[in-house]
Amino acid sequence: MMRIAEALEAFRPHRGDAIVVPGRGGKFWTGLTANEKLDVPLGDPAMGGHAGFALGLALAQPKRKVVLFDSEGDILMSLGILTTIAEQAPPNFYHFLLDNEVYATTGGQPVPNAKAVKYDQVALGCGYPRAHAFTEIGDLSREIGGIIEKPGPVFVALKVYPEIENEPIGRRRRWNTRTRDQVLGDLRGSLGIA
Amino acid sequence: MSEASTNSLSPETVLQEMKKGGVTDIVWLPDSETNWLYLLMQAEPSLRLVGVSREGHACSIAAGIAAGGGRPMILIQNTGLQESGDSLRGWLLGLSVPVVMMVGYRGWTRHGVTTDTAATYTEPFINAYGLNYYLVESDADAPRIAVAFEEAQKTKRPVVVLVGDEYHGFNR
Repeated sequence: MMRIAEALEAFRPHRGDAIVVPGRGGKFWTGLTANEKLDVPLGDPAMGGHAGFALGLALAQPKRKVVLFDSEGDILMSLGILTTIAEQAPPNFYHFLLDNEVYATTGGQPVPNAKAVKYDQVALGCGYPRAHAFTEIGDLSREIGGIIEKPGPVFVALKVYPEIENEPIGRRRRWNTRTRDQVLGDLRGSLGIA
Repeated sequence: MSEASTNSLSPETVLQEMKKGGVTDIVWLPDSETNWLYLLMQAEPSLRLVGVSREGHACSIAAGIAAGGGRPMILIQNTGLQESGDSLRGWLLGLSVPVVMMVGYRGWTRHGVTTDTAATYTEPFINAYGLNYYLVESDADAPRIAVAFEEAQKTKRPVVVLVGDEYHGFNR
């Protein structure tokens, strides 16, 4: 297994001018990013929707890579979205999955069949043309450049340590310094969208 | 306009309203109202069809398309609208997405007693989320679709168009 911050650090040098939807990796990505205005940290608008949101961005911005850090809890809630992504097949879409096997934000209860699900195989079965799975940071660091270089869509499942939050939500440290309106305004400004 | 088209909502009319509204993407799940419309949309080069397998997905996809500068429209049935509650809350209302949701009004009857619970709960559901909506039953109502597009852009909120025309106009 790897830490989420390690996985994001492995990706960071390969980011280029990609739009990054950090999903539940957002609190780790804010300290690593060098291009905040192309980041779309939205927290959790509604569980299960990050993949759909990132797909929409990729379709609307076909010349820009869109990199999503999804979670297994989200994707289990919306497995059917994988078929929509595979059908649309945006070549600029890079779908990373942070699989910690638990619902970390609610105290670490296991997701259904946590240790047995092979998400890369699920993605392939839904029609993704490429999928990978990594458990060791060294392997990911070695391969990630090549993965990002090739056209998408691609699915990359990462086994990460659970980093569980047991503080009541109201007492947790706020990691996002921008409101959602500011995040989307910054993105549109950077993309030249009125 | 023929008598038939004034008594039902023709798919050609809906397609024209989509084009006038500047729609780039139709995010949709087929329902019993939209079969003929599907064929027309498929043949329309200015539209991209994004099919979903569960209606809640349409909300997050539409939010992403709008964030990226596109103009999405959601095409689902009232059953799916009710399934989509949390996604509607979080992705469309939460991110202030200007989008028209064209919703097939399964079970709608103008004069009879509604026996389909899909219809029973449709308007209370929409009202619970504080959404504005327009009922469209025939081509004569088409201007309401244009009003919905204008209102969505102006308010930066989803606006619902309820299609009360099941099993004839859209399906032929």
